[in-house]
Order: sequence, then C-alpha cells, then structure tokens
Amino acid sequence: MMKTQSQSAVAEAENTAAALFDVQRIREDFPILKQKVHGKPLVYLDNAATSQKPQAVIDTLTRYYVGQNANIHRGVHYLSEIATYEYEKARGKVKLFLNAADSREIIFVRGTTEGINLVKDTYGRKFIGKDDEIIISAMEHHSNIVPWQLLCEEKGAKLRVIPMNDRGELLLDEYEKLLNEHTKFVSVVYVSNSLGTINPIKKIIQRAHERGIPVLIDGAQVASHLKVDVQNLDCDFFVFSGHKVFGPTGIGALYGKTKYLEQMPPYQGGGDMISSVTFEKTTYNVLPYKFEAGTPNIADVIGMGAGIDYVTTVGFDAITAYEKELLKYATEVLSGIEGVRIIGTAEEKAAVVSLVFDSVHAHDVGTILDNEGIAVRTGHHCTQPVMQRFGIPATARASFAFYNTMEEVDALARGLRKVKEIFGA
Amino acid sequence: MSGLNELYQELILDHNKNPRNFKKIENADKLVEGYNPLCGDHYTIYVNMAGDLIKDIGFQGAGCAISKASASMMTTAVKGITKKEAEELFTKFHALVTRDVHDDNEANIEELGCLGALAGVAEFPARIKCASLAWHALHGALNSEGKAVVSTEDSEKEKK
Repeated sequence: MMKTQSQSAVAEAENTAAALFDVQRIREDFPILKQKVHGKPLVYLDNAATSQKPQAVIDTLTRYYVGQNANIHRGVHYLSEIATYEYEKARGKVKLFLNAADSREIIFVRGTTEGINLVKDTYGRKFIGKDDEIIISAMEHHSNIVPWQLLCEEKGAKLRVIPMNDRGELLLDEYEKLLNEHTKFVSVVYVSNSLGTINPIKKIIQRAHERGIPVLIDGAQVASHLKVDVQNLDCDFFVFSGHKVFGPTGIGALYGKTKYLEQMPPYQGGGDMISSVTFEKTTYNVLPYKFEAGTPNIADVIGMGAGIDYVTTVGFDAITAYEKELLKYATEVLSGIEGVRIIGTAEEKAAVVSLVFDSVHAHDVGTILDNEGIAVRTGHHCTQPVMQRFGIPATARASFAFYNTMEEVDALARGLRKVKEIFGA
Repeated sequence: MSGLNELYQELILDHNKNPRNFKKIENADKLVEGYNPLCGDHYTIYVNMAGDLIKDIGFQGAGCAISKASASMMTTAVKGITKKEAEELFTKFHALVTRDVHDDNEANIEELGCLGALAGVAEFPARIKCASLAWHALHGALNSEGKAVVSTEDSEKEKK
C-alpha cells in the first residue's frame, strides 16, 4: 500500500517537473532549431548521433578565439595565462559534472572512441595478456568492440560477450557466469545508442569488483540524459563525448581512478606530457598531463565546459523527468502505427526509439522523413551485432533531447504515415 | 515530377515489391557479392555467360527500395546484351545518377529506357550508392573469374 502511494507521488512529481519545463524557452537557446529543411520546420531527432549547440556554447567559442586564444601551460604572457585558466576551469567543470574525486582524474581526449582506445593502449597493453579475458556486452557500439578485438588479437586474449534478451536487456545471470579467474577487464555501455536501454551498470561494476576486475563505462549516450556520479557508480574508467552533451565536436573526456592512471604508461609521447627530457631518459609529467601530449583542443575543451554549464543549469531532474514523458508519448504514438515495430523495449530506457517497418527499409524511411524536415538516423548505428541479434538490417532511430517537443513526436508519426502511404504498406 | 515523388515513382516501387530475376542461379559462371558497409545493403549477383553475351542473370539479397529496384531493373536491362554493351550502359547510368542536378543536362535519360526512372536519385546524394550498388557488383562480376566481393566504399567518386 505504502509502495503504491509513493509510486503515485513519484509520478505526480515527474508530471510537475515536465509541466515546469518550459521547452519553448529552451528552444530559443538553440539557433539551429529555428531553421526550415525542405521548406518545413526542422524536427531534429538525431540527438544520439550529435546534439545541437546552445548559443552559450557558440558564444564561448567565439569569445575564446576573439579574445583569449593562446597556447596553454607554457607561456608567461597574459593570453596564455587566460587560456590556461579557462582550459583548467573546464576540467574542473567536467570533474563536477561526473562527480570525480579529483580534477587530475579527468583527461581530455577527442571523444569516447579515443578514450576507450587510450585505456586499451595503456592499461590494456600493460595488464592484459595471453588467455586473459575481456568482457563487453551484446549492445556495444563498434567503438567499444573493435579496440578490444585489436587488443585480443595482439595479446592472444579472448573477448566474451554478455548476451541480451528480446527486449534489449542484458542477462546478468549470464554475465556472472562469464566472470572467472581469467577475466581481466570489463567494458560496458551505460545507455545503448541503438536500443535506448539503460544498463544496470552499478550491479555490473559490483560483480566485477568482487573479483578485483576494473570496469570501463562507455558513457557516450548517458551524459545528456542522466546525472552521472562516477564515485557512486564506483566505475574505474568513464568516457563521454562533448558533442553529445551540447558541446563542440572533437572533444571528450576520460575519467580514470588515480590508482589506475598512475600505473598506466603514457598514451602518446610529445610536449606537455613530460617533466624532463634528455636523449637518455624522459620522465613523465604528473596526472592528468601524462596523457595529454601536444597542444590540446583548447577551444573545444572550453566549449565543452560551456555545454556542461548549460545542461547543468537546465538541471538533470527536470531533463530526466521531461524526457521520460517524451519517451512515453513517443512509444505510445509510434507503436500505434500499424506495420511499425519498436526495437528495444527495455524497462529502463533513455529517450531513444528505434523503429522498423515490416515492409519498408530504414533508408527509405529516412529519405521520406527528411523530405518532411525530420532528421532521424537510419542504418545499423555502428552496432551491427545488435542488428544481427534482432535479425534486421537496419532501423530508423529517433533519439530525443530535452529541446524536443510532443508536437515533434506527432510530426514524426505523420511522417511515418506518409512512408506507409508512399509504399502502400 | 520532382523530388520525393520522382524518387519513389510507381515503376521503382513495383520493381522493389516484385523484383525481376530475383533468383539464385545454381552453378553460375560468375557470382559477385555487392555490399554497402555503411547501411548494410547486401546483394549477390549471379551471371551466366555465353561467350561475351550475358545469357542469364539473377540476384538475391536485401536492402532499401532504391537498391533493390535498381538491381532488378539492371537485370532486365543487361540480360541478352554483351559485356561491352553492359559496361557502356553502366557508364551512362552512373553519369545519370551522379550528374549535377543544377545542370539542365538530362540528355541521357531517353536512351536509358526504364533505367531512366532512377534519374531522380541524383537529387538525393545520400542515395546514389543505393542505386549503383548492383551495377558495381555486375561490373565486378564481368571483370573477374568466379567469385568476388565489391563494396560501395571502393568507389571514390560516389563519396559525397
């Protein structure tokens, strides 16, 4: 009885949050959303591929190049000090964003892909050897499959895969069976880009830690939807991309626990990552600089900081509640269209709806929707094993952000009906 | 007709729904797999030759309406012609679907017969590879012995 009451209270609170969320005002912050595509208002539903940028991020980039641009960590002049200050301030923002224990645990990388490759090339090469096993899941993006395959090939290690059920949920019992004395690393996605599934990563991490195995979380798809707390999750590594969190492309961050980062060899050699160099011997710089060779992507680091500021100001409580309503409405409306099937129906889902038609290929769906001004992603979403698991070649994926509206869901539904009309499906 | 209506015109939808020569040829002289790694479209083209003549051709596989209709129309167009004629047709077809739509030059449409129905693809750069996939596979088949694999990513010109 108590449970029912508290559940309805939660539902009420969520409705209130959604009602309080002024999506029209939010949309004003994103200039690109005002444009028309093929003469129709743009309906941007490809946020899992990349999110749009608020004016605040665009202004930050302009401000940097207009008045702050200089190289960092090496000049004594005014601009270099400003640029260094802004760059390191952004590191502090990422630290707070992920609730890391220390700013030194935040390493700037090009994005999620490079973050995973960094861990594979440093931790992986040093600590994973012949006949060792690495566990990933059945719903990984290619960027969390291929690096580990390369390592397995190089070292003679084995890749093991946590399977999933027909709803797109990982089978934790099977995961536990995979864990054994050979397991040296676990690398799992938090939110699936093609299915939307939110994985129970806290449990996955706990089980691995019971055996002293480190865990990397691919956070590319979670960072714009849910509040992330790396200390609470207790993950050992966490990676995400700035461009999916309303920041610029070409920048992301890797979080790693100090105890692991300190044991890891450098990733790339070059300037900034050393403390002294002679032709006989080089000693490496302290964390995080040991992993940041060369002039970094200064402007976009600062831009990513602005994206994080923006999303933090909107607030994850409001975002999560609103997106839940969006997902609920989209699922209801889209599953009501005859001939359309939703792939990925997990209990715990982010606002991603992957669709297939019985008789129309996703690419044709994408072209027709585009003609209506609606941007969705079509194809295998860099998750070919997921497509194989469901026996489909491709899906049309609508992935939402908090600036999307219920009306846009309606526009998508109209677009899908147009697909049916054209194909006589 | 323009844009979407031209792309998804009756003839194309018909070939998609009822593809011609959609068959496997047992013991075919030539067998080529054509695939687009970016979208997963995947077809196998079977060809039987009589000297230089394409005696029989069939295809199987799956992909979008444009790729399937194009494969189907291609089989009807090349069955019974010589290798050289088929290659010439491919060159013309390729020019048609990759032409600059802002130019008025659509002179080739007439001589391409039913293949001209795919002229609308040129307005959709993302779909050019769909339309040309089967043709690349056929080209591969005609210029190889036995089995081969052709990928759309091998064709630089279509990377837009």
